Amino acid sequence: MNENIAKAAENKERDQDHYSKKLDNAVQYLSFTLGNEEYGVDILRVQEIRSWEPVSRIPNVPSYEKGVVNLRGSIVPIIDLRERFKLKNADYTLLTVVVVLQTGDSKKTRTMGVVVDSVSDVISVDRTKIQNAPDFGTKISNEFINGLVSVNERMVMLLDVDKLLKLEDLDQNDS
Amino acid sequence: MSIDMSQFHQVFFEECFEGLEAMESGLLNLDMGDIDSEVINTIFRGAHSIKGGSGTFGFTVVADFTHIMETLLDEMRDGRRKVTQTAVNVLLGSVDCLREMLTSIQNEQPVEVASVAKHQAALEQELNGYTTAAPPSAAVAASPAATVTIDAPNKTEAAALTEQGWKIAFCPYLDLLKTGNDPVRMFRELAELGELTTYANTQDIPGIYELDPEECNISWDLKVTGDIPAAEIKEIFNWVEGDCELDIQALVVKTAKPVAPTIAPASKQAEAEPVAPAPAPPPIPAPATAQDTDGIDAVTTKNLITPAQTDAEQIKNTVKASSSIRVDTAKIDALINMVGEVVITQSMLGLVGENFAMDKVDQLKKGLAQLERHTRDLQQSVMNIRMLPISFVFSRFPRLVHDISSKLGKKIELKLVGENTEIDKSVVELINDPLVHLIRNSLDHGIELPASRLAAGKPETGIIELKAYHRGGHIVIEIIDDGHGLDRKKLIAKAVEKGLVEENATLTDKQAFELIFMPGFSTAEKLTDISGRGVGMDVVRRNIEALGGNIEITSEVGKGTTIAIHLPLTLAILDGQSVAVGDETYIVPLVSIIESINITEKMLNKVAGKGETFRLRNQYIPIIRMHKIFNVQSRNASKMAEGVIVVVEGQGVLCGLFVDDLLGQQQVVIKSLEANYRRVEGVSGATILGDGSVALILDVPGLVRFSNR
Repeated sequence: MNENIAKAAENKERDQDHYSKKLDNAVQYLSFTLGNEEYGVDILRVQEIRSWEPVSRIPNVPSYEKGVVNLRGSIVPIIDLRERFKLKNADYTLLTVVVVLQTGDSKKTRTMGVVVDSVSDVISVDRTKIQNAPDFGTKISNEFINGLVSVNERMVMLLDVDKLLKLEDLDQNDS
Repeated sequence: MSIDMSQFHQVFFEECFEGLEAMESGLLNLDMGDIDSEVINTIFRGAHSIKGGSGTFGFTVVADFTHIMETLLDEMRDGRRKVTQTAVNVLLGSVDCLREMLTSIQNEQPVEVASVAKHQAALEQELNGYTTAAPPSAAVAASPAATVTIDAPNKTEAAALTEQGWKIAFCPYLDLLKTGNDPVRMFRELAELGELTTYANTQDIPGIYELDPEECNISWDLKVTGDIPAAEIKEIFNWVEGDCELDIQALVVKTAKPVAPTIAPASKQAEAEPVAPAPAPPPIPAPATAQDTDGIDAVTTKNLITPAQTDAEQIKNTVKASSSIRVDTAKIDALINMVGEVVITQSMLGLVGENFAMDKVDQLKKGLAQLERHTRDLQQSVMNIRMLPISFVFSRFPRLVHDISSKLGKKIELKLVGENTEIDKSVVELINDPLVHLIRNSLDHGIELPASRLAAGKPETGIIELKAYHRGGHIVIEIIDDGHGLDRKKLIAKAVEKGLVEENATLTDKQAFELIFMPGFSTAEKLTDISGRGVGMDVVRRNIEALGGNIEITSEVGKGTTIAIHLPLTLAILDGQSVAVGDETYIVPLVSIIESINITEKMLNKVAGKGETFRLRNQYIPIIRMHKIFNVQSRNASKMAEGVIVVVEGQGVLCGLFVDDLLGQQQVVIKSLEANYRRVEGVSGATILGDGSVALILDVPGLVRFSNR
């Protein structure tokens, strides 16, 4: 009987292997727009999507760090990606959306909200089709971008959530 | 069947440390003249469960060590051994040693073999010293049971007695397996001791249809050969005693050697132990005690060194141990009860809301009132779970005082008052180190030597009183000593010498006493390992203020010193004053607010054209304009008269915060800003206001520092 169980477990393991291999090449991203540009973040990092609501300002921080809100009892900072990327026209309308993302390593996870103009779609991306980002020399520095991908003739820039949401902890604490 | 034992380690260690604490306090409470057998039993139980647990988890070093303690205690318990101060001191040393061992095991560090061996030697010496001093009990040792207890601690001795091995008839009762004992495991342990041959009697096994797999139908005849002390064999069967018929017999029945074993091993042991200062004592009581005292000196000095060494470790421990909490079941029951009530109220409100009509307004109001009450109760019960009696901290001090006072040659009595005052667990953990420091200070600087006390017309024995009580949402801990008090002249002289104050400065008593909180300030004539380096008090103050509390000193020369620490009951909730700065709301902790006043522009003084101060009674107080340092755009009060000055105190510095308005006082729940964000200058945390928005809690000392830049 034990043998059977062992076999079953083995099969299951193989199945799972197979399954994940199949998925290996396809990664899902949540795409959103900032101005006229389209960006994507790994969907597994997205906790929820909320509408914009006024925040409590934090004194003496960069202007793109808008402040903090109360998200079911925990204090969550809100970062305006449009300001972070120095895009113009960062207005807050009824349609302005906050994407709540989870970031961090195994030791500590943080929850943060980013303000975007609108959320577009969930896209499945073949991992092998992701291009490396060229040097833009533009508003947004290269370091946040994991790569580029083309979806229905549109270019989507895939963002590295961890790097994006890394606040200048050290700079601030040292000063 | 393999279980990951490591998942129980945490619980095991907690239990061990609890056991050690119980043993320690028991040992300290032993009154030499009148031995309370119940106290001895408590100590014994502590040792016994540590031994059992560590055996189960495979920490054999601990188990072996505890075994010796247990043997000693067992003899005391049975009245076969007199309880002497020496023995108690040796046991106290062993408790320390055990604690160190467990700590290093817990932190996965190697156990310090040298110190263990030293304590073990001291214990064995105590054990054997008595045996030789009291030959009658050794003579009785002809009976096997007595031989076991006496021989156990020393293998060489035991080896001399046991010869070739043991024959064991092990006949478990049917329900042995149900108690969680596994004969196979026991046999494996036996096999480790020596060569094991087993013979299983299977004739009692019923047919397959009657067979209950949970019953043990087999009995065994075992033979172990090798030099094995009886105690080790007995120990393996320790846990099944009462669940089986057990007959252990030596294989080669040794001829009775009643005299040789007791004397020969004693001398052998003395050679083997360089620690023992005197050679094996002749069987006369007087020299034996002399030798004992020698041994004790070694032990007590060791004790005195350990506190300093273990300080760093203790910090590590508290960080590690803070993850779990033991809660009285009654508290949990109350909580569950409360949750039940909330659920009922919720469903009632749900019903009201389903088909709502105006005539149900009363019902709704009633429901809401009920909900409010239940929520408040619920909050209280949850908070209650985190509350621990402060005796968790206090219980460590009798030992500290005992050790240090004997080292300093002072006579000191420690009085504990209000040990059952409850305080939040997180506060308990953080208050320990500052208190240790303050107590050491009182011991070293506060209480005088017996001779000078008598000369001053005071009783020889000094009293340190450690007192805890609640006062208005705060807990107050007082350390009162009747020593010689703080000499303000000496303090000021020292401060002048260090350049901390001007030569002719006039200081109030309070200001003078404040001096001892200055970094690097110490009036001790000489450095000791207890105190005098002047690094302590400023750290104490900083730690206490980090907890949201404050510390006050009152002292009278010749009469004594009282140090009072005020602490919030919990770190999770804070009494706050909300203030408006522009459109924003901030919370100022109520503890740091001295007063709030209105001033006019005329009362302002400029310092160097920039800094603003105003004169409050006899003091010039710097003003921090909150709009300015927090960069608030919208502002209502531009003139002083339109706003309010909130005078706050942080780390002994007064300053005035200029805000638009005072909004109201409320209790706020402290939320971490750092969990998802980062530390912000001048802000200690955040909270959620009634309308669901977030307000920042001001960090007053941080704000003062920040504004000075």
